[in-house]
Amino acid sequence: MNKLLERLIGRLPIGWLQLSHNKGRFAAAIAGVAFATLLVLMQLGIQGAMKIGSLMPYSLLNADIIISANDGSTLTDRSNVARARLFQALGVAGVASGAPAYIGILEFRQPDGVPTTLQTFGFSVSDKAFTTADVAAKFDQLALENTALIDVKTRGVDAAIFEELKAGKPYPFEVNGQTLNAVDTIEVGGTFTADGTMFVSDQTFLRFFGKRTSSAPNHILLKVADGVSPTVVLERLRAKFKGQALTIETLDDFAAADLAFQTTERPTGIIFGFGVIMGTIVGIVIVYQVLSTDVADHLREYATFKAMGYDQRFFLGIVTEEAIILAVLGYIPGLFASFGLYQVMTTLTSLPVQMDGARIVYVFVGTLLACALSGAIATRRLAAADPADLF
Amino acid sequence: MSAPALTLSQLDHFFGTGEARKQAIFDINLTLERGKLTILMGPSGSGKTTLLTLMGCLREVQSGSVKLLGEELRAAPEAQLVSLRRRLGFIFQAHNLHESLTATQNVLMGLQVHGKGNPAQQRKAARHMLGLVGLSDRLDYLPSSLSGGQKQRVAVARALVSNPEIVFADEPTAALDKESGHTVVKMLKTLGEERGTTTVMVTHDNRILEMADRIITMEEGRVISDELQTPKG
Repeated sequence: MNKLLERLIGRLPIGWLQLSHNKGRFAAAIAGVAFATLLVLMQLGIQGAMKIGSLMPYSLLNADIIISANDGSTLTDRSNVARARLFQALGVAGVASGAPAYIGILEFRQPDGVPTTLQTFGFSVSDKAFTTADVAAKFDQLALENTALIDVKTRGVDAAIFEELKAGKPYPFEVNGQTLNAVDTIEVGGTFTADGTMFVSDQTFLRFFGKRTSSAPNHILLKVADGVSPTVVLERLRAKFKGQALTIETLDDFAAADLAFQTTERPTGIIFGFGVIMGTIVGIVIVYQVLSTDVADHLREYATFKAMGYDQRFFLGIVTEEAIILAVLGYIPGLFASFGLYQVMTTLTSLPVQMDGARIVYVFVGTLLACALSGAIATRRLAAADPADLF
Repeated sequence: MSAPALTLSQLDHFFGTGEARKQAIFDINLTLERGKLTILMGPSGSGKTTLLTLMGCLREVQSGSVKLLGEELRAAPEAQLVSLRRRLGFIFQAHNLHESLTATQNVLMGLQVHGKGNPAQQRKAARHMLGLVGLSDRLDYLPSSLSGGQKQRVAVARALVSNPEIVFADEPTAALDKESGHTVVKMLKTLGEERGTTTVMVTHDNRILEMADRIITMEEGRVISDELQTPKG
């Protein structure tokens, strides 16, 4: 280690020697940085899960353009839209097909009394092409009344039930006083808004949501004709529905706006943002404390080095070296611990808490910068090293 | 002929400001030739340590002039002071070794101040220097496992390893028993003579006086006697 560092720095690795001389403090400092890194990675992990969760419903839809009421920010917080708009939209040049989409949340109680919420999508069986290939392939089974496709990753539901379902045995459960039969499974995953996802036919949907009517779906989904640019069609639609209380967007833009709203305006998104800032501050304070104590402990040696002719750059170099060592040695265990905790969180919550490559890099760079900042603050104490005091 | 090691003229120095301002050094005029061992004597508080720090560019010159190796220290920029310090060696009352560095690494610090150089050669030179002060069997010891005399010998090796033009020593034997104190000064003198180093030493130790070429005595900030002698021992 010494030799390697000496070659790297071109002088004795004083910072490393100083840090490793006091083993107890060194271990505490590394643990501190590791903890701060872990804190930040956990917050980002949960935030990431929230992002994946808020984009997840869109990944189940297969459409180019979405028409919705303009009084909300997400897929589920808006008023309904008149089905008549669908027929008007179909008359616009470039629109190939369209479908009304019904969305709502149903709650059922399992035999043990645990309430489970399901984000429920209702489509006409003839509109199955507006869902993903996986869902569409199983959609014909929903032609029977009161049947559903249910998410195998639904939080808190006994895995044995899904095993039986896959083997062909329907799972009946009671919702709003009526019986619903789960006839097949899909694979989606939990979100912050619901424990799982379910697909039903539009008829079944309207039966379970008694106050809804077929004339007012939540959204209207459109596909454009082959070879036509969605943005061109979008402009035509906006011109046609000018002045009406509608949001008309490509599905991708609509999803991006939803995500931006979730992460910057909803309390949960802001809370995780704060968590990242708090973790960073904790890390900076710990490293500052360690480095400034270290500088204070070595003032006499530094004063001697100053008398020998070492300049300010040399001392900044030592502190920077220490900061980088703490950053690297603290980051590695923090990263590994976060892999473990991501796994635990995924198991406990069935939220998609996953590591991604960019986060590994960003957090490492952030750790380096935070440590360097602490080091830069700690070097202010160097001014107290006055060689004239040595005599 | 090169400039004298040190030329001091009309040097005054003050501590404190306003009412508390107190003069510590009064009108000192001295010229120290190269290659000699000069001893500064005097009771404590006579200003000899202050004078030493002024000569070694560790303290700002306020009034008068100090020419070190031909360069004026008064109002000299920091960069000039730093590069001058690299041509000097310092030995302090306390050894001031770095506790986290071994004997060899401490001596290396005296070499690396001059730049990267060749690490293998620097290490060899540091070990050689430690051999000269009789520590070839303690090369990789940390200061905490060396005796007081051994630590001060490491400090001597650190000060001399880069062949400084002037060595300043402030009571280098104060923390040592007579025996090891004498050994340290003897080494300092012998090694200095071989290299033609100028040495300025503050000391109370009478046994060392006879080794000096010149003895300057101070009292209350003034030079009260300045004697040349032929050194013995």
